[in-house]
Amino acid sequence: MIDVLLLRNYNTRLVVICTMLLGCACGLMGGFLLLRKRSLMGDTLSHATLPGVCVAFFVGVLLGGQGKSLPLLLLGATVSGVLGCATVLFIRNNSRIKDDAAMGIVLSVYFGAGVALLTMVTKMPDGAAAGLESFIYGKTASMVLSDFWLLTVVTLCVLGLSAVLFKEFRLLCFDEVYASAQGWPVRLLDGLLLALVTAVTVAGLQAVGLILIIAFLITPAAAARFWTDRLDRMLLLSVVIGGASGWLGASVSALVPNLPAGALIVLVAASCFLLSMLCGTQRGVLVRLMRQLRLKRSIGRQHLLRALYEILEADGERGDGISIRPVAFRQVRGRRTWSDQQLRRCLRLAYNDGLIDAVSKEDGIILTEAGLEAAAQVTRNHRLWELYLIEYADVATSRVDRDADAVEHVLGEKLVALLEAKLVKLSSADALEVPASPHPITPGD
Amino acid sequence: MSAVPKVKIQALPSVADSKSLPLVIRDLTVAYHRKPVVWDIDLEIPEGKLVSIVGPNGAGKSTLIKACLDLIPRSSGEVSIYGETYRKERKRVGYVPQRESVDWDFPVSALDVVAMGTYGQLGWFRRVNKRSKALALQALDRVGLADYAHRQISQLSGGQQQRTFLARALVQDADIYFMDEPFAAVDAATERAIVELLKELQQRGKTCLVVHHDLATVPQYFDWTVLLNMRVVAAGPTKEIFTQENLRKTYGGKLSLLSEAAEELMRIQ
Repeated sequence: MIDVLLLRNYNTRLVVICTMLLGCACGLMGGFLLLRKRSLMGDTLSHATLPGVCVAFFVGVLLGGQGKSLPLLLLGATVSGVLGCATVLFIRNNSRIKDDAAMGIVLSVYFGAGVALLTMVTKMPDGAAAGLESFIYGKTASMVLSDFWLLTVVTLCVLGLSAVLFKEFRLLCFDEVYASAQGWPVRLLDGLLLALVTAVTVAGLQAVGLILIIAFLITPAAAARFWTDRLDRMLLLSVVIGGASGWLGASVSALVPNLPAGALIVLVAASCFLLSMLCGTQRGVLVRLMRQLRLKRSIGRQHLLRALYEILEADGERGDGISIRPVAFRQVRGRRTWSDQQLRRCLRLAYNDGLIDAVSKEDGIILTEAGLEAAAQVTRNHRLWELYLIEYADVATSRVDRDADAVEHVLGEKLVALLEAKLVKLSSADALEVPASPHPITPGD
Repeated sequence: MSAVPKVKIQALPSVADSKSLPLVIRDLTVAYHRKPVVWDIDLEIPEGKLVSIVGPNGAGKSTLIKACLDLIPRSSGEVSIYGETYRKERKRVGYVPQRESVDWDFPVSALDVVAMGTYGQLGWFRRVNKRSKALALQALDRVGLADYAHRQISQLSGGQQQRTFLARALVQDADIYFMDEPFAAVDAATERAIVELLKELQQRGKTCLVVHHDLATVPQYFDWTVLLNMRVVAAGPTKEIFTQENLRKTYGGKLSLLSEAAEELMRIQ
């Protein structure tokens, strides 16, 4: 095992380095493909290479009897892959059929033609030995030094051009129309991007095969998107994930006999994707759940505090201003449409935060000093926002409470300051006072 | 076509005059799939005006703008910008596309988007440098988004996204701006910010063509108006051509609600 990981064996070393290079190139081009919303185009391209491979084989046999010349086969793959994409564009531009349908048609027709031709190849006298099936599923074991050089050149081209044309590609992927208005040759750039994708696809045919290459292109990029909101970092990460998938997949395949490298590489990349989807720091599922939970808790806390404040306030109007006193659970419960359980959860959290002193059936709910201060703050923000809505957004007073509720929980300090400046005259409140509610407060049941 | 009278508000300027005009369109026709979308447009826009382009859905408002910017092929006709082709005067033209035309989930920040306005000047291969960034930040500041420069664009509100697009056009410091529905679905604050910006551009002698939907605000915001429904129904100073009669011609009979709005406007004026 150590031997494999340290690449002591020459053949293993070659295969692992090759797939790693391919992974880097795939990760980068996949990033652009994904953002250009051309993932399916990549799939069409790769499937459309098969008839070209077979035709190239026939041509090779006709020319010199030897069909298995790699440059010729790859040339055939390139030509028919590009032809496939051109067919898609032709159908799209000259009929009312949409992109996805056009790609579906072209992909299956070309692949079907390829399979038919392949059957003919295998029935030829020389055909059985041709091993063209490896183009479908990939066969890393068949890689030789020339493959290494090919992949090195392709990877360097892809990395170099993407670095030099980063700005141009970014503009193309984000806003093609604007790029065109600015005078960029959009068709040329688009063609260049497609050419690079084609180069990577064709170079990768032998390693992972034409069915799986699309996964190798798209998966690392899609995984990278979960971790960052910046294009340069996303592409870099995509390159790393692609490279690592290639390295790991090929290594495991070398360790365990009869496990195909192409499939393993894709599975490793898929694992990276799954992990990223769950744990990604920018858009991962867990992070988003956490954010939602935090927001929900904060909203619950604000509702609780405002309910308590408004109850105390109503009492204060009859007597000697607002002071802390116990409030019955039932009274708070009637303030909003929350269940006993929801309210209890809010209370427990507020207790943990030191906002309320004690909760018991007999004593009711008692705010702490800090709690009262926070409650006043929350109520104040709510009312400032209500006043703003009434004053500037022409919302009917009776609807204000609900609309205010939707936004106030995300009010930042800056916005609050702005509201204060705008409304201080209106509410005739000084900077720290809680303005009166602009609508009658429904008392609890 | 000759049966349709072409609307000419002013006498045709001499060649020397039309050199200085920001936008002159002659006999422009654009067709998609052989179906004409805008037809036989003749238009002259004087310098320093805030021009609204108004018309019903499918009237060809965006198409007109795109044809001016060489973004779609013209079936016939000519467009000249300051007496030259668009290709030659590109640097003097700022373009604000419709907000929905891009994917706002794209991994770039507001600053990145605005910096795209400088790509034309940067030219091939050169990276976004400090100067571009400073210019972009300045433009963001002008639309009140300096604090949001490093936010990813999906975390901006619709109005903020619209203002980002405006900033991208501003960063070019163009002389004529084409804006495709900058007021579409924006909040009140953004609407005010955009209007202020338009007025400021006008004060600096810039010309702005704005596709606009809200008839109620046309006389308030724009001193020039083009009423469009495949053809130019009327074009000229808003005060003169924004009449109920012309609006009815533009929108046809089916828009009682809109004629009500126009009546309301007449009352206000």
